[in-house]
Amino acid sequence: MEDLLIKIEKRNDVPTTLYFFTPFIAIILTIIGGGIIFYTLGFNPIEALKFYFITPISNLYGFSELLLKATPLCLIAIGLSFCFKSNNWNIGAEGQLTFGAIVGGGVALLFYNQEGFYILPLIIIAGAIGGMIFALIPAILKTYFNTNEILVSLMLVYVSKLILDYLVVGPWSNPEGFNFPETRQFSDSARMPLLFEGLRIHAGIFIALAAVFVSWFVLYKTYLGFQIKVSGLSLKTAKYAGFKGKTMILIVFMISGACAGMAGVGEITGPIGQLHRMISPDYGFTAIIVAFLGRLNPFGIIFASLVVSLTYLGAETAQIFLQIPQYTGQVFQGMILFFLLASDYLLFFKIKFQNFNKNELRH
Amino acid sequence: MSLDISFIGVLIGSIMASSVPLILAASGELITERSGVLNLGVEGMMIIGAISGFALMVITDNLFIAIIGSMLSGVIISLIFGFLTQSLLTNHVATGLALTIFGIGLSAMLGKNFVGIPGKDFPILFSSLRESIPFFGPILFGHSIVLYFAFALPFLTNYFLKKTKLGLVVRAVGDSPVSASNQGINVILVRYCCILYGGGMCGLAGAYLSLIYTPQWIENMTAGRGWIALALVVFATWSPIKVLIGAIIFGGISILQLHMQAIGFRIPVQFLIALPYLMTIIVLVVISRDSRKIKLNTPTSLGRIFYKEK
Repeated sequence: MEDLLIKIEKRNDVPTTLYFFTPFIAIILTIIGGGIIFYTLGFNPIEALKFYFITPISNLYGFSELLLKATPLCLIAIGLSFCFKSNNWNIGAEGQLTFGAIVGGGVALLFYNQEGFYILPLIIIAGAIGGMIFALIPAILKTYFNTNEILVSLMLVYVSKLILDYLVVGPWSNPEGFNFPETRQFSDSARMPLLFEGLRIHAGIFIALAAVFVSWFVLYKTYLGFQIKVSGLSLKTAKYAGFKGKTMILIVFMISGACAGMAGVGEITGPIGQLHRMISPDYGFTAIIVAFLGRLNPFGIIFASLVVSLTYLGAETAQIFLQIPQYTGQVFQGMILFFLLASDYLLFFKIKFQNFNKNELRH
Repeated sequence: MSLDISFIGVLIGSIMASSVPLILAASGELITERSGVLNLGVEGMMIIGAISGFALMVITDNLFIAIIGSMLSGVIISLIFGFLTQSLLTNHVATGLALTIFGIGLSAMLGKNFVGIPGKDFPILFSSLRESIPFFGPILFGHSIVLYFAFALPFLTNYFLKKTKLGLVVRAVGDSPVSASNQGINVILVRYCCILYGGGMCGLAGAYLSLIYTPQWIENMTAGRGWIALALVVFATWSPIKVLIGAIIFGGISILQLHMQAIGFRIPVQFLIALPYLMTIIVLVVISRDSRKIKLNTPTSLGRIFYKEK
């Protein structure tokens, strides 16, 4: 008689190859899971998945849209990786994005009837500062009042969206806009330059790429990066080594907020061109998935942002061709994170299959 | 605006109705958090409850099945969270976020064919008393059974946590899983149960919205109430009775802002809507400053992963 015995053992150290391999397992499982959901809803799963993952990027325009949506996701996730690496749970990037867009948009509106090369850089800086200030609220409350940063940053998301709502309906609404909840169009100097004629991809992508490079440099080549990583691994060790914990919390939140703020500016000065209520389809929340899927590694995040961006595009295509709601993108995004987290189990535990003979035991 | 006494009665009645989903979801989440598990998936579980309740009502034409079904679907969806966080030891925050994102998407997908179908009248209890007694009539009578259940729930929860042995077990698991485990308590099992209970209550809260409060299915109809419920648990410093008070305050703000809009009140509406979030932050700051105060009620191991070497 043969009996299969499954034994689970805790690993002592995490193998690097497996660490970067599990995201791919998660993606494959998500595609399978999506196929099953499409099948149960009465669609041909292969065809539906084709509409979802192949059709959107089968032409140049689609590819530009992929990069367009990946840009804010990548930028925010890069910022978040600083927080998550040091065990700071900033989940309010959506709020920091919104507040950055408010401050940047405010500057853009100041110059609405002017042109000049200096306008766009001013807006970007203003957006970064806006996001930074907004991220400093949970950071300061955490460092000086011992407050839980998860809840504060989350609450502030709604506050920022309501501030935006107030501004676009009230004081900042377009005087010639027939009371629509939107501001004036920004001037041409306040818009991100387009990279190609007829495509929406804009210069904001260079900000994201610069952020990737800078974050790689800071995280892997500087003392600050070392401090961030150590305190993420063990707060006790960090304290023992004499790292200034409070300053570091403030710094990682500021980096994260600045990135989210710039992502918000990229949206309003890029494809949108004004402020209104719906400046972001929850990029700030989705970027959390991107950060995890990219394993908090700058180059992993580029890859992850493209994958998650595709779920946004796929949802739009599926809405047109299959008449299913655009929210399906979130089903895929949720599933990716579920499967990724679940496959992490393989990292920390070894699963051993042992075959042995029951008769042997008797002897 | 006439502020006669009967109008105030009706106003209080509508504030109570708007606080029901908050009470249900927050009471459920409170038990989950008391066992040491932070489930940020409240919004996702609520919206799944809302669509399954409504869909079952349309398909079976039976409101009882719809209500029970919505709770069951909340339980099932929270089982994903339970399995991941308890059996696969995943991070609570990330898993909860995934649950919310997934739930909103899945509900829209399932609800595709239910958009625009009118809801059914939910039976109202004591409707004759509502009309005959001035002021107290609209406050005490003429509500659905779910509302009466919701208003009793915080007291039941309080009794459960403070006076029963099981309640003590839940609190022990939340405060010190290691010592609870050493006492022979199955920490993982207790946490599973608390997560599933929370899921059931969130499902019911969602069904209240789609079957009773605004009887129809609208995509994303929970509209952030799950996050308010989460805030409410903190606002109430994990005390069930304060959840009830907080829910009435938060529900009251949402009703008052409608009336203030109507009479052209000078404070921006957005400020009123933001109040629950701002108040939660202020409460958090106040309770967190004093480490003794936060230790009084906060489950000490909230959000931490428990793993027992076998």
